[in-house]
Amino acid sequence: MVKKKLVLSFPPRLIQQPVTSDLIRQFDLEVNILRARVVPRESGRIVMQLKGSAKSIKAGLDYLEEQGVQVDPMVQEMRHYGENCVQCTACTAVCPTDALTVEPVSREIVFEPSHCIMCESCIAACSYGAMESQF
Amino acid sequence: MRSLEEINDKIKSGKVVVVTAEEVVDMVKEQGVKKTARMVDVVTTGTFGPMCSSGIYFNIKQSTPKIKCGGGRVTVDGVAAYAGWAAADIMVGCSAMTDEDPRNAVYPGLFKFGGAHVIQKLVAGEKVRLQVRTYGTDCYPRKEYDAELGLSDMNNAVLFNPRNAYQLYNVAVNLGERTIYTYMGVLKPRLGNANFATCGALSPLLNDPRLRTLGIGTRIFLGGGDGYVVWPGTQHVADPERDEKGLPLTPSATLAVIGDLNGMSDRYIRAASIAGYGSSLAVGLGIPLPVVDEEVIAYAAVTDEDITFPVVDYSEAYPLGRPGALGRVSMAQLMSGSIEVDGKKLPTGGMASRARGREVALELKQRIAQGSFLLTRPSAALPGAELAQGL
Ligand code: SF4
Ligand code: SF4
Repeated sequence: MVKKKLVLSFPPRLIQQPVTSDLIRQFDLEVNILRARVVPRESGRIVMQLKGSAKSIKAGLDYLEEQGVQVDPMVQEMRHYGENCVQCTACTAVCPTDALTVEPVSREIVFEPSHCIMCESCIAACSYGAMESQF
Repeated sequence: MRSLEEINDKIKSGKVVVVTAEEVVDMVKEQGVKKTARMVDVVTTGTFGPMCSSGIYFNIKQSTPKIKCGGGRVTVDGVAAYAGWAAADIMVGCSAMTDEDPRNAVYPGLFKFGGAHVIQKLVAGEKVRLQVRTYGTDCYPRKEYDAELGLSDMNNAVLFNPRNAYQLYNVAVNLGERTIYTYMGVLKPRLGNANFATCGALSPLLNDPRLRTLGIGTRIFLGGGDGYVVWPGTQHVADPERDEKGLPLTPSATLAVIGDLNGMSDRYIRAASIAGYGSSLAVGLGIPLPVVDEEVIAYAAVTDEDITFPVVDYSEAYPLGRPGALGRVSMAQLMSGSIEVDGKKLPTGGMASRARGREVALELKQRIAQGSFLLTRPSAALPGAELAQGL
């Protein structure tokens, strides 16, 4: 089993296509959509996690590219601006994963991007503009 | 034990022993109260968090011809300012907004720029835009004035907080069915999280719960510069219920403080845009406690396990003013990352910053050790308090 977090960018003509369900049905992949943003007639972006054998992931990705979907490895989409952060820890209470935690001794924030599912809960919780989405 | 004069003499000769309110906890655990009190001259405390009751006033150099702001309408960077006094004194409260800001009409409002941001800009050395529209008089004929001003262009600029440094504060939760946006942060429905706003065992008024060593006239660390306690804060309660350690169980002391905005730093004066609530100013504040007797150390040795706060529902009980709490939790529990309420485990989040509060206490410790900060004797006790004999 392999897990991969990817950002898929759809050109307008593909937005109406059932590519995700194709991935599940044709390639036997487990698809977990973390975030999606679709602007009608413009473009769409989906952040998803794929789970399956290395072979079926590769086949699925080839299929997506054939369809004209741009596939990028997930880069850090949420950013923690250390300079703005006052270490209040408000964000840690709303973070559904442990992407944002408090170091127990220093009481400072630790941001672990690989645990982030980009739910953006921390953006509203942060009063100092220290969490920003690049999505 | 030692008088305030003796402590100040030691500060001047560089022989003073200063520890923070966190460091003193371990010292007392290891060596006891008596020995620690003999060794330590000053304990420093610190806190950093949104203090919504913050504002500045400043005095502008007159324009030619002169203008009378009092009675007119004044904005600073578009934010509504108060000028209802003489010709050139202007006040900006941290929660004031611009006329154009949608506030919560677009819910939850973002409150990106308010009075707090004006204050932070000034402290950071930036200029702000002053706009005055007023009526003319024989002595102040000018009716309009528009100028870019920084701190150095003003005659005076002063931070004033009618109420801050709360001794005791609520832990906020949400029993309701929807996410709410409060001054205690974002509270998720059905006990989704619990937010607290205190620095616990480092917090100034929890280390001297009976206010024996501080009062009106006490010099403090304020926003990175020097400030003073000038009065009891508004809503100060002189006689709260207390536990056996003297720690308050019900709403208790607050302080009114003042300090020159020149000399403050944007590390300790930070604008906060609290979603759905408003603009607020996070302030770093630290109070030095002179060790004039053993009791000072006994109180300052308070631990995060000792201090408890009431858990209050902000979906109904708080807005509707219904008394009653859902229980009490200790600071240590809050800092562990989760607490239990009604059998449910809730993640905890802070509004105050323990890390930055610690920085305040350490910075104040350093200033005292280096001789650049002398202690003052309060000229009067706060209501309900009795000052220590040795002061
Ligand atoms: S976006 Fe969501 S998961 Fe990521 S850090 Fe913020 S709250 Fe946590
Ligand atoms: S809420 Fe913002 S300021 Fe507070 S700890 Fe999180 S990122 Fe830092």
